[in-house]
Amino acid sequence: MESSEVQPKDVVSLEKVVIKFAGDSGDGMQFTGAQFTGTSAILGNDIATFPDYPAEIRAPQGTVAGVSGFQVHIGHAHVHTPGDSADLLVAMNAAALKANLKFLPKGRTVIVDTDNFKRKDWEKAGFENDPLESDLVKDYHVVHAPITSLTRKALEGIGLDNKSITRSKNMFALGMVYWLFSRPLDYTERYLEGKFGKVEKVLEANIKALKAGYFFAETIEALPSAYSVLPADMEKGTYKNLMGNEATAWGFFAAAEKAGLELFLGSYPITPASEILHEIAKYKHFGAKAFQAEDEIAGIVSAIGASFAGDLAVTTTSGPGLALKSEAIGLAVITELPLVIVNVQRGGPSTGLPTKTEQSDLLQALYGRNGESPVAVIAARSPADCFHMAFEASKLALEHVTPVILLTDGYVANGSQPWKIQRVADLPEITPRRVKTPADKWEPYLRDENSLAREWAVPGMKGYEHRIGGLEKDALTGDVSYDPENHEEMIKTREEKIARMVHSIPELKVDGDEKGELLVVGWGGTYGSLLTAQNQCFDSERRVSLAHFQYLNPLPKNTEEVFSRFKKIVVCELNNGQLAKYLKTRFPQFEYLQYNKIQGLPFTVQELTDRFKEILSEN
Amino acid sequence: MTQNPTVKYNAKDFSSDQEVRWCPGCGDYAILKSVQRALPELGVSREDLVFVSGIGCSSRFPYYMETYGFHGIHGRAPALATGIKLANPNLSVWQITGDGDALAIGGNHFIHAVRRNVDINILLFNNRIYGLTKGQYSPTTDLGFKTKSSPQGVIDNPFNPGELVLGSAGRFFARIEDVNPKGMTEVLIEAAKHPGTSVVEIMQNCVIFNHHVYANYTDKEVRADHILHVEHGKPMIFGKENNKGLILNGFKLESATIGENGVSEEDILVHDAHEEDSTLHMMLIRLKMPIVTGVIRAVKEDTYEMRLKKQVEEVCETSKFQSVDDLFLSGETWEIS
Ligand code: SF4
Repeated sequence: MESSEVQPKDVVSLEKVVIKFAGDSGDGMQFTGAQFTGTSAILGNDIATFPDYPAEIRAPQGTVAGVSGFQVHIGHAHVHTPGDSADLLVAMNAAALKANLKFLPKGRTVIVDTDNFKRKDWEKAGFENDPLESDLVKDYHVVHAPITSLTRKALEGIGLDNKSITRSKNMFALGMVYWLFSRPLDYTERYLEGKFGKVEKVLEANIKALKAGYFFAETIEALPSAYSVLPADMEKGTYKNLMGNEATAWGFFAAAEKAGLELFLGSYPITPASEILHEIAKYKHFGAKAFQAEDEIAGIVSAIGASFAGDLAVTTTSGPGLALKSEAIGLAVITELPLVIVNVQRGGPSTGLPTKTEQSDLLQALYGRNGESPVAVIAARSPADCFHMAFEASKLALEHVTPVILLTDGYVANGSQPWKIQRVADLPEITPRRVKTPADKWEPYLRDENSLAREWAVPGMKGYEHRIGGLEKDALTGDVSYDPENHEEMIKTREEKIARMVHSIPELKVDGDEKGELLVVGWGGTYGSLLTAQNQCFDSERRVSLAHFQYLNPLPKNTEEVFSRFKKIVVCELNNGQLAKYLKTRFPQFEYLQYNKIQGLPFTVQELTDRFKEILSEN
Repeated sequence: MTQNPTVKYNAKDFSSDQEVRWCPGCGDYAILKSVQRALPELGVSREDLVFVSGIGCSSRFPYYMETYGFHGIHGRAPALATGIKLANPNLSVWQITGDGDALAIGGNHFIHAVRRNVDINILLFNNRIYGLTKGQYSPTTDLGFKTKSSPQGVIDNPFNPGELVLGSAGRFFARIEDVNPKGMTEVLIEAAKHPGTSVVEIMQNCVIFNHHVYANYTDKEVRADHILHVEHGKPMIFGKENNKGLILNGFKLESATIGENGVSEEDILVHDAHEEDSTLHMMLIRLKMPIVTGVIRAVKEDTYEMRLKKQVEEVCETSKFQSVDDLFLSGETWEIS
């Protein structure tokens, strides 16, 4: 809202707005945020969301540790991130204010539920004195609203107990925000009917509270204005809001159907990857088998077994789990079986920051195994892109008969974005390299001349009975071989096979000018932030271009050529410089500036544009 | 499994072109032969058989079988077998493992495989030593036994594999000695026919690092008196003279001689492998003298695959989504035109 003129009682049109709903974990903030998101999506806004859960499952009520938040960014223009900081903060209690105020730029609006700012509330939240009376809030536009008591009043005599009545206060708050941003109520009304249709009183209470909040906002003078965010210019189609982990699971469903195979997931619960397991476990009837193994190793090894037996095999995990799986990944490399390994990265090393995002497993994915063990590595750049990249990982694995690691991260996995619904029929074909050579001419390691991929013969196929395993094998028959020349030949062949996948992947694209002063380089989940920052710099005098990698091994074939068109290159990553290190070994002729952030948090657009401007001015 | 294949197999049909590389005299040879003799009896097509293994001497086994085979990594064969069976329940899946592979590095996978009851057959070659790494003690080596890694004698208590199986809610456990080819073939056939995870512990002699470990049971002179081979529904009688048997004395299982101390043939316990309650099976497993062989426990229960199939059918019937496209279009969607 910062850029708009505030004209009371007018409807002011905004390009983009970021709203943060924050309250106690029992206050229903995720639900409230999701409602606002749904309504805005239907109005045609582009959106990006990010939930912010407490790390503890049951942190004490009213404390900062127990604050749950939901940030949503809606735009008339395209939005690529959930937003650096909020324009409007809804704080349902003192702890929510405490947890979020430090991220809120001065001048922004805060709606507070004054009923939860009593002495005991602000003391519990760790304030020294009443924050609403202090200097802390003097630079903000604070809207005092006794949300809890107004909800109670509105629902008087409805015939529900106090607890249930109080629970509807999130709808009151939502109603206020709906008015403020000129949103209709019907989406939420319909949703509530679907959810509480059978419990009439609860339905009535929620709708009443929603409307009461809406009318309250209209009536009070405290709110500066009503705003609108017009629809974004989105590509035509049917959309739905999708979270990254959900999108990953759906990409596998689509790939399995396209490939004509059953889907097998071998997995062990781990934050922040477990939702993929949950999602696949729900839809067993699509021929999907979600096997919850006894540990990470059994997760991947069962998937290798399923791959040997002919399924589209997947294992999902996060960093520590990838470490446990590394010996088994080597087994998939040497046996040359199709397998997709998803690593939803989080802060490391060791247990590290389980609920926070980081990109620090790139080198582990590329190199973290014993022996010469090349694996294809790709990365998803946004929540909706998880669908595309899960599909792509499956396609590469099945067509090249090889393991593929897909890197996503906590930020992308938990974030949501509108996804243009794909029809399975419209997706690219997937042709698994099932054996075609007649049995009497076939050998387990007979390869395709071009791709060097072997043919996949599975148990149940008569005449193709064969044995494979973790010992080095003869280059043709697959029999155990300790022959020195054969070993070297196999090492080189496996390496070359991955290198030749370059012909199956797209070239590196540049956002912005095709050549120029500064090329920003990134990979994976930072795309939204980097693109927004690049766009901002591109619009201004200082022109910056962006090359963002989705394919990390092999690298796109035009990588070197793209780099050569720019005077300076800055590699931006949420780690201590892993892509930069990798690029230095691949293309040592270029100088790589770095911008690294390792705080468990995504980049903000502001810090990126600041850094780019700084580099451009250092001449 | 495709039953009654048109082709009639004999043991030779299951022998691959690979040269067998175990030490001469190793107990593994006899096991390989027994397996190859048992398979034709099962009526399973050769292409539907899969042998998987981990690491160790025994784990070379799949290379010698003319079937599908997967030589995996140390300890992880149960997971490999589970994945294969779940991907294609039509396959007959066999896991070959040893005491180190199954009970040390793979202990976790072993107990969970047993608990889950996927229809796989686990043959545990128990030679109570590490052979491939040249003679360290294993989780089944006896207390006090001197090996390269226990020069003053082993000080950690050994596992009894059958106890672990029962402790993991196992439904099928059998034990057999490697010098009993006929008994082994019979036990293997029963294990294969049992739906669910079957564990067969094979008392296997390692001629190099643990020779004679089972001599006190398997030597010709003592065998009849020191091994009791049980069969379901038959009294548990053994001995050279066929005059010894097992009786319950209070809560204890004891060996008694018929005709002595007032013990008559009617007092001898009849083996019931199908009894749900595993108390007596556990006693049989723990008995040291005589050692009990044969199928000790064989209790039927739905397998993991059967339950999975039922769930799939239920979801198919009740789900709103018949295809992936239905799912994609479900929930809140909106049009941009
Ligand atoms: S070391 Fe022992 S177990 Fe291994 S092959 Fe030789 S005799 Fe058999």
